[in-house]
Amino acid sequence: MDRRTTIKWVLAAGAAWPLVERRAASADPASSAAQAARGYGTDPNLLTNNHPGELWPLTLTAAQQRLAGILSDIIIPADEHSPSASAVGVVEFIDEWVSAPYPTQQRDRGIVLGGLAWLNAEAGRRFGKEFSDLDAARQHGICDDICDEARAASERREAARFFALFRDLTAGGFYSSPVGRKDLNYIGNVPLASFDGPPAALLKTMGLS
Amino acid sequence: MPFVTAKTQQSAYDVIVVGSGAAGGQSAYTLCMDGAKVLMLEAGRKYSPDTETPMFQTPDLAPLAGTGTPEKPFGFYDATVDGGWQVPGEPYTRASEEDAGRFEWWRARMLGGRTNHWGRISLRNGPYDFKPYSRDGLGQDWPIGYEDIAPYYDKVELLIGVYGSNEGLENTPNSPPGCLLPPPKPLVSDLLVAQRAKRLGIPVIPGHRAVLTQPLDYRRSPARLHPGNATAQRILAEDMRKRAACLWATPCGRGCAIRANYQSTTVHLPPALRTGNLDIRTDAMVYEVTLGRDGRASGVSFVDRLSGKHLHVKARVVILAASACETVRILLNSNSARFAVGLANSSGKLGRYLMDTVGSSVSGQVPLLESLPPLNEDAADGHQLYVPWWLYQEQHAGKLGFARGYHIEFGGGKRMPGFGTAAGIEWLTGGSYGAKFKQDVRRYYGSFVDFDGRGEMIPNDQSYCEIDPQVKDKWGIPVLRFHWQWSEHELKQAAHMQKTFVDIIEAMGGKPRDPPQSDGAKAIAPGGSIIHEVGGAIMGSDPKSSVTNPWCQTWDVENLFVTDGAVFASNADKNPTLTIMALAWRAADHILERMRRKEL
Repeated sequence: MDRRTTIKWVLAAGAAWPLVERRAASADPASSAAQAARGYGTDPNLLTNNHPGELWPLTLTAAQQRLAGILSDIIIPADEHSPSASAVGVVEFIDEWVSAPYPTQQRDRGIVLGGLAWLNAEAGRRFGKEFSDLDAARQHGICDDICDEARAASERREAARFFALFRDLTAGGFYSSPVGRKDLNYIGNVPLASFDGPPAALLKTMGLS
Repeated sequence: MPFVTAKTQQSAYDVIVVGSGAAGGQSAYTLCMDGAKVLMLEAGRKYSPDTETPMFQTPDLAPLAGTGTPEKPFGFYDATVDGGWQVPGEPYTRASEEDAGRFEWWRARMLGGRTNHWGRISLRNGPYDFKPYSRDGLGQDWPIGYEDIAPYYDKVELLIGVYGSNEGLENTPNSPPGCLLPPPKPLVSDLLVAQRAKRLGIPVIPGHRAVLTQPLDYRRSPARLHPGNATAQRILAEDMRKRAACLWATPCGRGCAIRANYQSTTVHLPPALRTGNLDIRTDAMVYEVTLGRDGRASGVSFVDRLSGKHLHVKARVVILAASACETVRILLNSNSARFAVGLANSSGKLGRYLMDTVGSSVSGQVPLLESLPPLNEDAADGHQLYVPWWLYQEQHAGKLGFARGYHIEFGGGKRMPGFGTAAGIEWLTGGSYGAKFKQDVRRYYGSFVDFDGRGEMIPNDQSYCEIDPQVKDKWGIPVLRFHWQWSEHELKQAAHMQKTFVDIIEAMGGKPRDPPQSDGAKAIAPGGSIIHEVGGAIMGSDPKSSVTNPWCQTWDVENLFVTDGAVFASNADKNPTLTIMALAWRAADHILERMRRKEL
């Protein structure tokens, strides 16, 4: 294959790859239970698209999904550049994450499920309602207390660790998505005939010419 | 019939090559191009980069956004299959579970081995690197010098395609004209590192990687590589034409479907197969070299992993190229009346002088790199520039407190966003969320620079591997037990790396993620974790203190050779793969010559 053919082939292949729509999990509980303890193995097919719920059964209940959606949208709301986290499938991503059979994810599962329960308990303690039913100001009030582990009161240190993890997972799902790449103006992952380096004008501005 | 089974395999070959990575690939290539009939045995499965490589796949298409798991430790899209720090059913053990004695062993059970995913960094050892004992009285010299191996560095660079430049720096050899491909353009962050490091007296020069920045010279190189061999020249020219140049996208660690970088499966094996002289048997787990009554190797025994059967195959010559530790394991498990404690081990040195590379890292954030305009910085996938060791004189004068040097690999830029892009940045954002968090992520994206030191470890008596007296793998083959200990030289070197990296980050106006770690024991990465493990069957000039002679031929068994990293007598800061290939080519030339003279 010569170079020109190669680039054509790659471009064509790129165009043919579908933009994946994250879809809600629809795992059959019976078949899921059978493979509960298994990962994707040491030799998975790297060329198929993978969707949450296909490799291992998911975890979150409808109420937990709703709460996770609200919290992820508090962390990454819609703005003039891009939609919110839940709009690009971050809840499904987090569900896949906390359901995975690997050590890191099993550890995170406990933190996330515990943290979601803590949010409701804290909302109930402060306002007598579930977190999902609070208005935005009250939701933010709770988040402000746990958004920075370094500043969190000692009795909320564990909740702050949950928030940090949940923010990492939310951002991880969001910036891994096509929307996240666009939000950051990422323009790579396309074949180029040549790599010409940074523009001369930029280097001059930065004193790097 | 290049890929063979029990039915199609020949009854005997000129040469058996155990392993299909850098060493096995190069050994088989050189032998087959000159007419030897070779059987290559690979423990893992057949692997086809042209159809299996996930080029351009984005993290949203992978489970867990493509992040690493114990089953795919370097990420879902990493080229390695059936490999990692642990291979199911094939354990290894450690003599100590303490951190200081930890050794990690990366294996890949697949055709092409670790070359499918490696970093492609291809540095020549320099003259000092072959004579370290003569320079500072530590470790041991190689029985060869730079001048012996230089012609083979030239050949390997011409064959596989390595970009770089000739800078004429101390112990950092130039290549002859026409050997290297032009280096890629640096990124903004590369240029900033270069500018500020230079103010500290630290040189920053183009890296050397096995990536085709332009097509190979298929008109001239085949004649330079195979003079007087028209068939080899034709086959190689045809194959070189099929390798495309880099298209400046998609990470090399996934492998390359267009063959723009080196992996054994895309560079060594295709032309070797075209000669018709190479048979490859995959899923063949070699565990023993058998010895004939004449004291020569008669062949090897292996387990067919698909059927579980134990089989044997014969050849005139056996080459072990299974990776340093696996090669040692095979030899230690090859016992006979004559060699009760491992084949070719009359010196007692088999398994000894196991080395890895010293590794230590610091990441920093640099305000000057914040909020730059959109840029495509996929480039050559890193290592456009690097820092060669620069303090030879100070070190030689005893001013540093540690005896050997390191080079610096660094990287920044607007890499493809993914799971880690906005993770753990509270140290910059103070824990922002909401609209402010989105703005913060945009601001900081692309403003980080990571520094990794890669330094020389001095071989020592406490770092070695042996057969575990109890544990066996799922095939019943005894496994390796590792002993590991760093010396003060490595620990002080790691602490020096930390300080240097922070100095450079601060010279860029940035701040390090963490303060420099002055305790070397905390700064250093665990043994084996850089995946540059070498030694264990070192070459030398004395049969009493080494396992092979300067030709990678075992002292004890005339027709048994070791062409992988096991023969390294020292482990320079330079990444070992290019040297492995150069030694393998040289050993294969020697074998061909001896076979022509009917000596083997």
